Amino acid sequence: MHINWEHVVTIFIASALINNFVFSRYLGLCIFFGVTKKMETAVGMSFTFTAVMLIGAALNWVIYEYVMIPFHLGFLKIVIFIGVVAAFVQAADTIMKKVTPALYYKLGIYLALIVTNCIILAVPLINAEEHYGLFESMSLALGSGLGFSLALIIMASIREKLELADVPRSFQGLPISFVLTGLIALAFLGFSGMITL
Amino acid sequence: MYEQLTHIFTQVLTHIVGVFFNNLLPQIGVGGSVETLEKVPWDNVVYGLVVLAALGVVFGIALAIVAARFVVKTDPKVEKVRDVLPGANCGACGFAGCMGYAEAVVGNPDVAVNMCAPGKSAVAEKIAEITGKKAEKVDPKIARVFCQGGNSLSQRKFIYTGVMDCTAAVLAAGGDKSCEYGCLGYATCMRACPFEAITMSADNLPIISKEKCTACGKCVAACPKQVIELAVESKAVVISCHSRDKGADTKKKCQVGCIACGICVRTCPVDAIKIDNNVARIDHGKCVVCGLCIRKCPTNAIRDYIPVRPKAFIDPSKCAGIDVCEKVCPVSAISGDIRSVHVVNQEKCIGCRMCESRCPKKAITMIEAPSSGAVKKPAQAQEPVTV
Repeated sequence: MHINWEHVVTIFIASALINNFVFSRYLGLCIFFGVTKKMETAVGMSFTFTAVMLIGAALNWVIYEYVMIPFHLGFLKIVIFIGVVAAFVQAADTIMKKVTPALYYKLGIYLALIVTNCIILAVPLINAEEHYGLFESMSLALGSGLGFSLALIIMASIREKLELADVPRSFQGLPISFVLTGLIALAFLGFSGMITL
Repeated sequence: MYEQLTHIFTQVLTHIVGVFFNNLLPQIGVGGSVETLEKVPWDNVVYGLVVLAALGVVFGIALAIVAARFVVKTDPKVEKVRDVLPGANCGACGFAGCMGYAEAVVGNPDVAVNMCAPGKSAVAEKIAEITGKKAEKVDPKIARVFCQGGNSLSQRKFIYTGVMDCTAAVLAAGGDKSCEYGCLGYATCMRACPFEAITMSADNLPIISKEKCTACGKCVAACPKQVIELAVESKAVVISCHSRDKGADTKKKCQVGCIACGICVRTCPVDAIKIDNNVARIDHGKCVVCGLCIRKCPTNAIRDYIPVRPKAFIDPSKCAGIDVCEKVCPVSAISGDIRSVHVVNQEKCIGCRMCESRCPKKAITMIEAPSSGAVKKPAQAQEPVTV
């Protein structure tokens, strides 16, 4: 199998920065606003999310490549992908509880949130759409995971400071967070000239 | 006949299904990125059904195997204990939340059942019942405010106009109160209390509700001046001052501060009071809550959390005139000749209970009398002492 390494790296950078899921595609906002109130939860979510993203994308790629394409079942992408992720996360949840209880109590609560996350679904869908190979898919997954982590950590660090800021009453809480997200998205727009796919 | 029927039936069915798939479905549209087809191929539908079913079965079996293989046995007692606990996750027990304590108390034989401060003895008994451990008596604690210098009784260094919060006020030169040990009165403790047990008096001092306070310690942690401490509730006599300034300085700054004069130390019948760093402290292990020091304190810095003290009453039919009570009474409220019935002067009696336990005939009982002029009222401006 011929692998275009340049393409792999490009996909990684593009998905992490230029097409950052939160700041340029506005996906996964539920978790994004939910866990960024504290740095600790944001970091925990970042780790869990990236891990689930990588494994989920790999599983979905295998199933897409060796089951769905031979049977011309492209139209069932959404149903099957979300099913695969849900089954995998549930299994991971059970195994983690037994094998590493410490890790489970730290990250377990995020697993349930991830099952129905739209980025987790979007990555295999993009992989399928673009007919990426395994390495390209993994690169996209890793890039998206790290990009999401970056977004979470940036947001969490700002929101911790925001607690002390004198925000007008009508903007307190979620509204100011949305405004902030918009501003960061503007800043992320600066990455768009970096590479062209 | 039978074959004919089956034949017709099959044909009709095939026709209906064919119409459904070939004419209806494409018009509904498949959506997504799938190219729209004039006709949906039959095999696609069948494959789809088969693959989905197969994936479902595979995932189902895999999850079942995982669940059976990696089953974690949780002790049903843990769940029961968690249901009994208040669920405030306050951390007063020293464990990470109620679930942490539930696991520890069930799993570890050395963990006591009475560690839940908000739950008090009722919860401790229930936990003891579930875990089969011995319930020890909980000496309930309560948060006590070690300052009586409200706005009207204490001096201010400057006028503070910043954020109305103690943690903010303390950043401005240690707060606006002249006394650096006193309560700032911006109600940070009130907002920290998860049980709404703290209210602010008219004189800007926190009042802690005896009924609502669970001694979780949130206010103790929140107070930037460390004015609030947890203390055993039954030890109701408290020197409500933390000032470590010299007596003269304290007096200038606050009318009700402890000036470390030492009168209470000499008054205390059980030597429970000591002066350390210019402030008197009561050793609650020794204190008998007699309240003598309260009367003697020249600045009213000692506070009695018993609203009305019952007074001594001698039962004439039991009194044998032994005279111990007369000797023991610190305020000379008891009089009477030897071998004749003694009488308690209700005006003088301060309800210290010193005589009650000393009477060999058990002739003395404490009766709650309507408060008279003899009871010295606390000097602070705040109205009823709702403790």
